[in-house]
Amino acid sequence: RTLLSSFLREELKLTGTHVGCDTSQCGACVVHVDGVAVKACTMLAAEADGAVVTTIEGMANADGSLSVIQQAFQDHHGLQCGFCTPGMVMSAAALLKENPRPSEAEVREYLEGNICRCTGYHNIVKAIMAASGQDVAALAAE
Amino acid sequence: MPKDSGIGASTKRREDIRFLTGEGNYTDDINIHGQAYVHFLRSDVAHGTLTSVDTTAAAGMPGVVRIFTGSDFEGVGGMPCGWQVTDRHGQPMQEPAHPILAQGKVRHVGEPIAAVVADTAEQARDAAEAIVVDIAELPAVVDMKAALEAGATRVHDDLDNNLCYDWGFVEENKDAVNKAFEDAAHVTSLELVNNRLVANPMEPRVAVGDYARGTDESTLYTTSQNPHVIRLLMGAFVLGIPEHKLRVVAPDVGGGFGTKIFHYQEEAFCTFAAKACNRPVKWTSSRTEAFMSDAHGRDHVTKIELALDADNNFTALRTETHANMGAYLSTFAPSVPTWLHGTLMAGNYKTPLIYVNVKAVFTNTVPVDAYRGAGRPEATFQLERVVDKAARELGVDPIALRRQNFITEFPYATPVAVEYDTGDYHATMDKLEAMGDFAGFAARRAESEKNGKLRGLGVNCYIEACGIAPSNLVGQLGARAGLYESATVRVNATGGLVVMTGSHSHGQGHETAFPQVIAEMIGIDESMVEIVHGDTANTPMGMGTYGSRSLAVGGSAMVRATEKIINKARKIAAHLLEASEGDIELKDGAFSVAGTDKSVAWGDVTLAAYVPHNYPLEDIEPGLEETAFYDPANFTYPSGAYACEVEVDPDTGKVTIERFCAADDFGNIVNPMIVTGQVHGGLAQGIGQALLENCSYDENGQLLSASYMDYAMPRADDLPMFQVDHEDGTPCTHNPLGVKGCGEAGAIGSPPSVVNAVVDALQSAGKDVTHIDMPLSPDRVWAAMNP
Repeated sequence: RTLLSSFLREELKLTGTHVGCDTSQCGACVVHVDGVAVKACTMLAAEADGAVVTTIEGMANADGSLSVIQQAFQDHHGLQCGFCTPGMVMSAAALLKENPRPSEAEVREYLEGNICRCTGYHNIVKAIMAASGQDVAALAAE
Repeated sequence: MPKDSGIGASTKRREDIRFLTGEGNYTDDINIHGQAYVHFLRSDVAHGTLTSVDTTAAAGMPGVVRIFTGSDFEGVGGMPCGWQVTDRHGQPMQEPAHPILAQGKVRHVGEPIAAVVADTAEQARDAAEAIVVDIAELPAVVDMKAALEAGATRVHDDLDNNLCYDWGFVEENKDAVNKAFEDAAHVTSLELVNNRLVANPMEPRVAVGDYARGTDESTLYTTSQNPHVIRLLMGAFVLGIPEHKLRVVAPDVGGGFGTKIFHYQEEAFCTFAAKACNRPVKWTSSRTEAFMSDAHGRDHVTKIELALDADNNFTALRTETHANMGAYLSTFAPSVPTWLHGTLMAGNYKTPLIYVNVKAVFTNTVPVDAYRGAGRPEATFQLERVVDKAARELGVDPIALRRQNFITEFPYATPVAVEYDTGDYHATMDKLEAMGDFAGFAARRAESEKNGKLRGLGVNCYIEACGIAPSNLVGQLGARAGLYESATVRVNATGGLVVMTGSHSHGQGHETAFPQVIAEMIGIDESMVEIVHGDTANTPMGMGTYGSRSLAVGGSAMVRATEKIINKARKIAAHLLEASEGDIELKDGAFSVAGTDKSVAWGDVTLAAYVPHNYPLEDIEPGLEETAFYDPANFTYPSGAYACEVEVDPDTGKVTIERFCAADDFGNIVNPMIVTGQVHGGLAQGIGQALLENCSYDENGQLLSASYMDYAMPRADDLPMFQVDHEDGTPCTHNPLGVKGCGEAGAIGSPPSVVNAVVDALQSAGKDVTHIDMPLSPDRVWAAMNP
């Protein structure tokens, strides 16, 4: 009965994947299974047998530098306490794969399954749009 | 031009690297060899007598190490309360015992009855289900006013009634306030609810207790905003462990918002059980447990009245509030509706007479304590709602009425015992009016109308008190703790610095912002400064982070310690340069002799301090390490003016935030990027309170909103992009950085403007709606429109 999230955290000691709720609402545990964004708390570890699972620990560039999305989160202050951040980055990567130039509304709608309590989402939305190569200066007069 | 380093620069956060790569170290990431896991069996009824707790079958379940019940804690201290309020009659508040595990009775859903320690978390959970608990249910006390009626069921048998205290402030003003109401040309009154909230940091609480038999030392790893406070409370008042045998570590903490200030039973239990079982003991809260064990916030029911003269000047303010304490007193609960609420009732206005009455009430609900803003959002909400209602009743512009009554001269002593040092409320309102494009509102309203929507504009001001202090004053007010902050600055031989601060970062970015201050003071690169926090073993006694106090109080301690460092380094430099100390200047990381080209680099001075070959040993000690404790002379008073534009769908009652503008005065700013982020987050929580969030109990004391399926957290598509402006503030006059604090402002300032905007929208459509209680969910708005 081991969940994928428990298996990653407790067996593999990959503690970057976080668990923030028990009803599959918060999205802190989002990982990619065969390239698809999945909430790791909704899946048994056994179901991932033979699949390629990517976690936040696997998102940086090969040389260890931050990926474009990770760098955009730092540049635009898209994180504060950092707890929801792994799930946000994984969801953002999945979004941009499926929709390389999302509108603000599309980003907000896609993040419906990821809760952040710190940022008010403003800078997360900005970071994701910036990572997609769009000019974010006009998003809001700050 | 924006600076690229030091004070005022939007330095990117260094802590982000570990958080973005999965290398953060949160408490649940800590696993100690041989650890056992605890599962708490919690009450599923709100009120009842525990007739039996039979653990016989559970004790034989696989993996069970030991099962604890209330009887295991009979000789152990209960959970302490850190603030004693004195009532209107000079009597201390009623203060019930607060056991670690329920003793004899249960008083709220979620109260821990038993704790199972087992080899795995699953085994602990399975065994807990096998415990047979027999509870004789009693009527639940849920409604605060019913709780105070004669003959009401008592939450605590050993107290006189359910009234914790009846507080009057300022009691001596009461008659004069009543007289002013008799003489008023106009009185506006409003009854409202400040809805109960759950803080919901995304990281649930975790505690790991560890015990070293060989040295008799206990360690607690915990999700706390203030590890020293936990060490003091738990060590001295609960478990009787001297501080030198107790270490409390709060590593990376995934958000706090107040609810991780308090000392909780689970922390004491894990520390106690680790010694009793001679094994590390770990507890990780589920989200459902968090809803029924984290201290809740707000939950006030208030009647507020505003008296005005014939020229619309505010002449008096009178409030009566019932404040829910829940079943027990959480660590700082009594201070929230009193000293963090009554003292703010003047707001931004020169109302000369104010009387605040607060009745704090025990109910069979989870304890209520500070949540982002703590008392100040409740004060701001009622004041800014009643001012707005007064403007509408009088047919005057809400902004003009506010401006007419603004405090304009500083320092200003309010009639509620505090003295505002600085502020410029007209300037802040000017910024808001420019940012909000109020001139274009009519056109935007017409456009909404074309789309079948009602558009409303709501404005409000706020004042808050941050960096709560000074210690000798708060002691007189009932605090059982000091409210200073500490810093030790250690300079290494080659010039790098480590700052050990008593503040704690759980998202605020101390690791980036604090070095900016030191880099500016010495003229070195920010990367030469490292911040250490969160471990009582390597930081000086500190009071932690809450009340927007880190930079104003903790930052000030760091400045004071760094000044001591610079003074000593100057003496060393004078010796090395063979000059008089008075002629030595520090600039850009080098000491020089004024008017000459003689200088010595920072690193050469620090090296001399640790390799004191050529050194004035007869005058000063080697080494370069200093500690400072900073106890502020006053609170700081951030202020602001906020505007919200909403669209209401008249068919469904759904409210959409179309525009939100926040003009704030935080005094000086160290890192504008971080400050903007703090405002955004506060706004989201305030808008969440106004539109979405509600912690709900039924009449039997059952918690109806115990998951994210039932408690509406703000999501990305509930919120707009925010417009914020916090430049050119008025610096605080009594701390060395001139900073005021920014962490709570958004949550304090935003709810009234949302409600004001919805009322404006509905009134514009001819609806006779003067108030709707938060959250303004579609059903409530629709019902108000269709009575």
